[in-house]
Amino acid sequence: MAQDDAGGDAPALRADRLAKRYGKVWALRDCTLEVPAGAIVGLVGPNGAGKTTLLEMVIGLLKPTEGQVSVFGVTSHAHVAARLARVGYLAQDHPLYRDFSVADMFRLGRSMNPSWDQGVAEARIDALGIPLKRKVKALSGGQQAQVSLTMALAKRAPLLVLDEPVSSLDPVARLEFMRDLMASVVGTGLTVIIASHVVSELERLCDWLVVLNGGRVQLAGPTDDLLTAHRLLIVPRATPDAELPGFPVHRTDSDRHSTVLVRIDLARQAGQQRPGWQADPAGFEQLVMAYLQRRPQTAAAEDTAPTATEVTR
Amino acid sequence: MFRFRLDGSSGVPPYLQLVHQVRQSLLLGYLQEGDRLPTVKDVASDLAINPNTVVKAYRQLEHEGLAGGRPGQGTFITATASEVLPEAQQALRASLEEWLRTAEQAGLSDEAVTALIAAARHDMRQEKERV
Repeated sequence: MAQDDAGGDAPALRADRLAKRYGKVWALRDCTLEVPAGAIVGLVGPNGAGKTTLLEMVIGLLKPTEGQVSVFGVTSHAHVAARLARVGYLAQDHPLYRDFSVADMFRLGRSMNPSWDQGVAEARIDALGIPLKRKVKALSGGQQAQVSLTMALAKRAPLLVLDEPVSSLDPVARLEFMRDLMASVVGTGLTVIIASHVVSELERLCDWLVVLNGGRVQLAGPTDDLLTAHRLLIVPRATPDAELPGFPVHRTDSDRHSTVLVRIDLARQAGQQRPGWQADPAGFEQLVMAYLQRRPQTAAAEDTAPTATEVTR
Repeated sequence: MFRFRLDGSSGVPPYLQLVHQVRQSLLLGYLQEGDRLPTVKDVASDLAINPNTVVKAYRQLEHEGLAGGRPGQGTFITATASEVLPEAQQALRASLEEWLRTAEQAGLSDEAVTALIAAARHDMRQEKERV
């Protein structure tokens, strides 16, 4: 069945002031993002940060309270079927029917997805050495994850959304899953969103980063750009924030010196090289952790304030 | 076939780690002109790394004149070891290695060496500012 690839130049994902409220609690607020096609996005945040809420709105399982989200130009107001066809989704617990065989699962996937590619599904499972006749309950955790991924890929959707895909797997199975995923992406132009709270595993996987905390986007953009826009400074403890060459994201004070992760402000660059200062490039994990640790102060202040219009890009 | 590795704790961006490894292997003779580098898919699968990152590293190597793509065949090493480091740099490297050996004999740890270099740099900058 022909799949329309309309929206050629449209971003893979666009969220515009997207928000979701459950009762009185905002699970996600003021989320504005634009992810280009072909990116592999790491969505990072602690449990309860709003990752799953955001993803469920992206795939069309959840209706936004405010704002809107579009996938390759198809907005959240469109018919659910039109949206679901564009997204392959792998939920946290790899939901499969335990008493079904792999072949049964594929039959189910085929009946539910008009764009299903049986050839892709069978070739992958064959390459992984998983027998088609084997029952799901007889598969290892890693194999179940592989079958789920295969089903998401066989749908031939241009966007693949993975919610904590490896959190239930042991380290070897995790690595194997990620190796297989990265090899599957090569040459496909597929856009992938991987939600995870394991920061260290994401660096090698994603070229785009979204840090979510307290229901708000703290940081978003191409990973390399974000890294070059930040520095890790070691300065004398008495140095006031105003003298730093940018915005202090996170500061740790010790007796005589302070370690500050700053977002470089070009206008303030002039006074950057002070004697006694040391400036190092920011590492991926340091960057993510700095933005995650910043949360308690800002989130508390923002919860009482009306929705801020500030946009983090 | 050449194989890359990745050090997750180094703080060096993955694409730069790949570039450094090729440069270093050229210097050490593990890679030679005409050698084929693994395909993007092989590296992505081997290291569980984003294929875009591998493409970026290969592009950087091409930009530096160390490697070149042949359509349909892959990416090949196009430089020799002496092109990687011009002579002046090689001499500097030799004297640096000698200095590092002395520092090691004096009992300095890696961290102490890094701190010493940072302090010396800092003093030199201060001197310049005074002039």
